[in-house]
Amino acid sequence: MEKISGQLILNALTDQFETFEKSLNGQSKSNAHQIRKNAFNHLVEHGFPHAKSEEYKFTNLTKALEKNFELRTAQRSPSLSNKQISSVEIENLDAHKIVFINGKYSETHSDKIDVTGLKIIPLNKALKDSPEKLEAIFSTKADYESDPFIALNTAFSQDGIFIEIEDNVIVARPIMLHFIGDCQQDELLYQIRNIVKAGKFSQCTIIEKFDNIGSTPSFTNAVVEIDVAENAFLKYFKIENDTDKAYHVSNIHASQAAKSTLTTNTYALNGAIVRNNLNIMLEDEGCEAYMNGLYLLDGKTHVDNHTVVDHKKPNCYSNELYKGIMDGSSRGVFNGKIFVRKDAQKTNAFQSNKNVLLTNKAIVNTKPQLEIWADDVKCSHGCTTGQLDMEALFYLQSRGIQKEKARGMLLQAFANDVLETVSIDAIKDYLKAIFVQRLKK
Amino acid sequence: MLSIKNLKARIEEKEILKGISLEVKAGEVHAIMGPNGSGKSTLASVLAGREDYEVTGGEVDFLGKDLLEIDADTRAREGIFLAFQYPVEIPGVSTTNFMKTALNQIREHRGEKPLDAVSFLKRMKEKMKLVEIDQSLLSRSLNEGFSGGEKKRNEIFQMAMLEPKLAILDETDSGLDIDALRIVANGVNALKSKDNATIVVTHYQRLLDYIVPDFVHVLYNGKIVKSGTKELAFELEEKGYDWIKEEVDASA
Repeated sequence: MEKISGQLILNALTDQFETFEKSLNGQSKSNAHQIRKNAFNHLVEHGFPHAKSEEYKFTNLTKALEKNFELRTAQRSPSLSNKQISSVEIENLDAHKIVFINGKYSETHSDKIDVTGLKIIPLNKALKDSPEKLEAIFSTKADYESDPFIALNTAFSQDGIFIEIEDNVIVARPIMLHFIGDCQQDELLYQIRNIVKAGKFSQCTIIEKFDNIGSTPSFTNAVVEIDVAENAFLKYFKIENDTDKAYHVSNIHASQAAKSTLTTNTYALNGAIVRNNLNIMLEDEGCEAYMNGLYLLDGKTHVDNHTVVDHKKPNCYSNELYKGIMDGSSRGVFNGKIFVRKDAQKTNAFQSNKNVLLTNKAIVNTKPQLEIWADDVKCSHGCTTGQLDMEALFYLQSRGIQKEKARGMLLQAFANDVLETVSIDAIKDYLKAIFVQRLKK
Repeated sequence: MLSIKNLKARIEEKEILKGISLEVKAGEVHAIMGPNGSGKSTLASVLAGREDYEVTGGEVDFLGKDLLEIDADTRAREGIFLAFQYPVEIPGVSTTNFMKTALNQIREHRGEKPLDAVSFLKRMKEKMKLVEIDQSLLSRSLNEGFSGGEKKRNEIFQMAMLEPKLAILDETDSGLDIDALRIVANGVNALKSKDNATIVVTHYQRLLDYIVPDFVHVLYNGKIVKSGTKELAFELEEKGYDWIKEEVDASA
């Protein structure tokens, strides 16, 4: 039999899973709980990604987790001051705030949200009130057999948020999901499960940000399931600007009904290892999906974006634009799959990934993958990787612009087409400020 | 203003400038002519501070400063301007934003306050008129998708905005039709004063009908082999460069 990867983690997790089951007071016998058991057994049987796993070959999370975490269960309760919490907020962002501390919903730090037709329920509460819901929530799109981290999440996740926007409801202010962790003394590990249901003709913007405060390692593992109903408009922002010791895995699985529009914006700015899996299923005709990504990396940060857009039906449009700037000895990975099924005639699918490497130590691995079974489609993909254009740099300098400033102008120009897609000014300013600050050095 | 003494430079292992000496005084126009590969563009690039070239000997004094000791952007702020033979396309940077940044950096260097938006726009409009550039070009990305003529006019527009003390025009005439050539030359002439100087690098005499030089130098094989007045340019136009090559090669 093949050797299981991540056995040390699995051993620790097995103990934790038993403790977790005991804490459920009999609930563990329920049908709903069976799904957690199945997910956990699947994980134990198949293990974490090994060095040769195709989907994780550039990103050895298993080794990183084994090396950096002790996986002890006992954790002190968090002690974060309001000042520390506000230090990781985005300035001038006008949003409904939902805050989680160490993976648990915090009523004190969250806004009371009272918008007609907008239902927001912390998952922990939903599961306590009606544990039988777990089955409905956890056995949908994010298939635990498809990714070990989904299996891990399915087995353990106890909190997160359930957001439902009813039909025809327009939510004017964005919803900010802020996951803040206390990393001042202990290592921190937690699972988050978010469910978003956007009703017909509804409109909403959701922002997700993970921040850990302190210098101990953190491992956060999030699964987000998104349902976009007919004619709905949903925007999803994901901002990653965590500590140098933050390990983060994200699995976003979205499905779109007819004529719906989904825009995802993924910005990776800092962390130890970040892995984003983004899967979008275009289930019916007339869907539009936009995937914008920017990764601005330095130090040893490693960011891996794996995206899939699956055109299942005709007349859909998808457009993916990911850009990366790698400084220091950082590493970027991009893998973009586009599937166009046999039925999906008249598909328009575009993908572009462009990278700039600022040092000899920075690395990028990029792989576009198009699989097309339909015969009347318009698809394109392209990826480029290069250094900063020295001729352009000299041109700017020859007009009196200082080298550092000229360099900054060129990099900002490179990232501009992604930055311009940012529809929220506070986020645009936040990104630009980080840009300026990074380029100063 | 500019004093070059026995300047030698190479790119990788190839020596291109083999000892150039040249004096340029304020108010003067110098033309540097020569056959392809003689080192004309290299001289322009070395003066502007392009790092691809390694200076292996000689001195360059510009207004009392050792030019070879300072980098390209400082040279520009001190008053040197290179009009590129091949202006670079820079997607994502608008001409307006670029000019504002450059101008304010130069002003800061001179101890002047940055121009306010109104004065800046006024100046832009004025200088655009000089080279007959359409305003729409300036909101577009720098040189991106510009025609050859538009790019060259944009170079002179930038020169007009930045008001350099020494302008070096590197084959600004190449690829221009006669109308564009006239516009570019008119722009250069309008900017001429007793306090600034111009070095015109060109292969052809044609441009010199419009920008009349005080001195003409012929560069061949990395050295200035002949200097004279504008009549020398006419002679070159008439007889080509072969007679100079022969003369030099015979005496070598």
